[in-house]
Amino acid sequence: MSAQFMQYLLTGLTVGAIYALVALGFSIIFNASHVINFAQGEFVMIGGMATVSLTGSGLPYMLAIPLAIVAAALVGLALEKFAVEPARGASVVTLIIITIGASIFLRGLAMVVWDKRLHALKPFTGDTPIAIAGAAILPQSLWVLGVTLAIVLALSWFFGRTLLGKAMLATSHNRLAAQLVGINVRMVLFLSFGLSAALGAVAGILIAPITLTSYDVGVMLGLKGFAAAILGGLGSGIGAVIGGLALGIAETMSAGYLSSAYKDAIAFVIILAVLFFMPSGLFGKRGGERV
Amino acid sequence: MKSTQVRNSLKRGLAAVAATFALFTGPAVAQEPIKIGAFLAVTGPAASLGDPEQKTLELYVGKINAAGGVLGRKLQLISYDAAGDAEKARTFAKRLIEQDKVDVIVGGTSTGETMAVIPLVEAAQIPFISLAGAVVIVEPVKKWVFKTPHTDRMACEKIFIDMQSRKFSKIALISGPGGFDKSMRAECLKLNKKYGIDVIADETYGGGDTDMTAQLTKIKNTAGVQAVLNPGFGQGPAIVTKNYGQLGITIPLYQSHGVASKEFIKLAGAAAEGVRLPGAALLVADSLPASDPQRSVAVAYKNEYESHFKSDISTFGGHAYDGLMIAVEAIKKAGGTDKAKVRDAIESTRRFIGVDGTYTMSPTDHMGLDLSAFRMLEVKGGNWTLVK
Repeated sequence: MSAQFMQYLLTGLTVGAIYALVALGFSIIFNASHVINFAQGEFVMIGGMATVSLTGSGLPYMLAIPLAIVAAALVGLALEKFAVEPARGASVVTLIIITIGASIFLRGLAMVVWDKRLHALKPFTGDTPIAIAGAAILPQSLWVLGVTLAIVLALSWFFGRTLLGKAMLATSHNRLAAQLVGINVRMVLFLSFGLSAALGAVAGILIAPITLTSYDVGVMLGLKGFAAAILGGLGSGIGAVIGGLALGIAETMSAGYLSSAYKDAIAFVIILAVLFFMPSGLFGKRGGERV
Repeated sequence: MKSTQVRNSLKRGLAAVAATFALFTGPAVAQEPIKIGAFLAVTGPAASLGDPEQKTLELYVGKINAAGGVLGRKLQLISYDAAGDAEKARTFAKRLIEQDKVDVIVGGTSTGETMAVIPLVEAAQIPFISLAGAVVIVEPVKKWVFKTPHTDRMACEKIFIDMQSRKFSKIALISGPGGFDKSMRAECLKLNKKYGIDVIADETYGGGDTDMTAQLTKIKNTAGVQAVLNPGFGQGPAIVTKNYGQLGITIPLYQSHGVASKEFIKLAGAAAEGVRLPGAALLVADSLPASDPQRSVAVAYKNEYESHFKSDISTFGGHAYDGLMIAVEAIKKAGGTDKAKVRDAIESTRRFIGVDGTYTMSPTDHMGLDLSAFRMLEVKGGNWTLVK
């Protein structure tokens, strides 16, 4: 029984860590612009697929992974420069629709640049399951958990200790005031796309050995990451992480103990219930000034 | 989708230019081409099936034309990408029938696409050979609808026979949300009693799910399970197989013919070792005995496809090959493209050796394969081997 519980918990944590990384990407862009970037899932896809094609052309992981992350970040920056910025004056809803268009475009592009098949990346450190208290976990899952933790720590350092991070944080609190004290909010928005694209790419690379990757892998992950971000409270970093982990664990626990047929439904019922009582999510900012 | 359309309109444009040219240069003896319509899931979730189908059709239409065509007429392939979407399939089928006025339709990668199109082809009275798996396509028999792949019911039977021979009587099912998954699961649940097999666990997973260890842990902890069956295709079964290895489950795992391609072994990696599934002889073409009537057809197709596209064959391209060849044979036999005659000719296909097996159709059987067309395969050393 406890081994079973342990298995569900570890699986849930792994799945949840991925949702958390995607959710963090949503939050960073939301903070900078109040836009929900529905192309976030596509960044995940680009990370995985680019690594697949780079390693396929003979590059070692040490080179392929940084290159893939940089490539995704460039795509994120380009998306901001050529799609979001020209529509600067438009309403948030318009910008969100632009990101939906961008996600469809990126998916189509990936289909042409790469292919339509599923790909598996080789695990970073072997494929032999590790036994923890009767549960089996892949070494890659430890990578996922470890890197997620490292990213969360790095981000909190970035936002709390660096000038640029503080500028981004200030912009999220009050855009106008930030502008008045001399923060280049356009630059902040520009960089936030690059940063969240890079985060998405990291997630995509980490999970490719476990879940496989293909041109449309971003659709479902984007959706789950979005749900996690909403659950945790949009714009909150700690919320994104807790939301992701909670969603992942809720899914696996309900698949394990209740019914696998309804596991997604159960997860979303939990989200609805939380939002019913806490409309701005678990860690979202209270108040109605955000419209 | 775009590129096919552009290509098609380009082709039509060129044809129009050629026709005008012919009009001005002298006696027009230009023979109308025979139009083969196709709608395939070249993109979307079933792309790994639709893509080789499309390639196979293009390759063989080209080859047939290079060899002089059929009855002295060239073949013209008009193909659309339905992306695994039943609604799109309907639209494209309508276009094939009404606008392109095709003579026969070969296509329908997935069961959903095929089922959506059946009312249209029945009303338009046009021969239609589907490339999808589920038994509902040809049962009950529809006058104008045929199909080439083995049915999901046959897959269940073949698997259950193998389980019986290994003395398994308690099994677990794990399946996804796709049309094929659901249909095969239902067929297996209808047939299991006949083979003395009890399904004691029945788990499911969602569309984009990336981890099935929870479901598999549940199965692992269900007392008495002797084997696990996973009907489905694409990402799901590959992840199930990987997780199966991760959890160190040692009882045999059976997959369906939906993953019968080298790609599955590549994706699932070492965990695929020992997985059994019913598949076409094509996958083990080279290891078939020389006396096997299918050997020469399967080896020829395999060599042709692999040398042309530099990628591994899958059984899905084989379905398209058989569909096209049955249509071509029928047109030859009918002596033209009269739709009713072609339909009758398809229905009277006798002992036609394709890559999927030997087809003998009849008014009550619009698929024409029997269980002997299926081989029980096992993954050994990263390759398919025949289970003796």
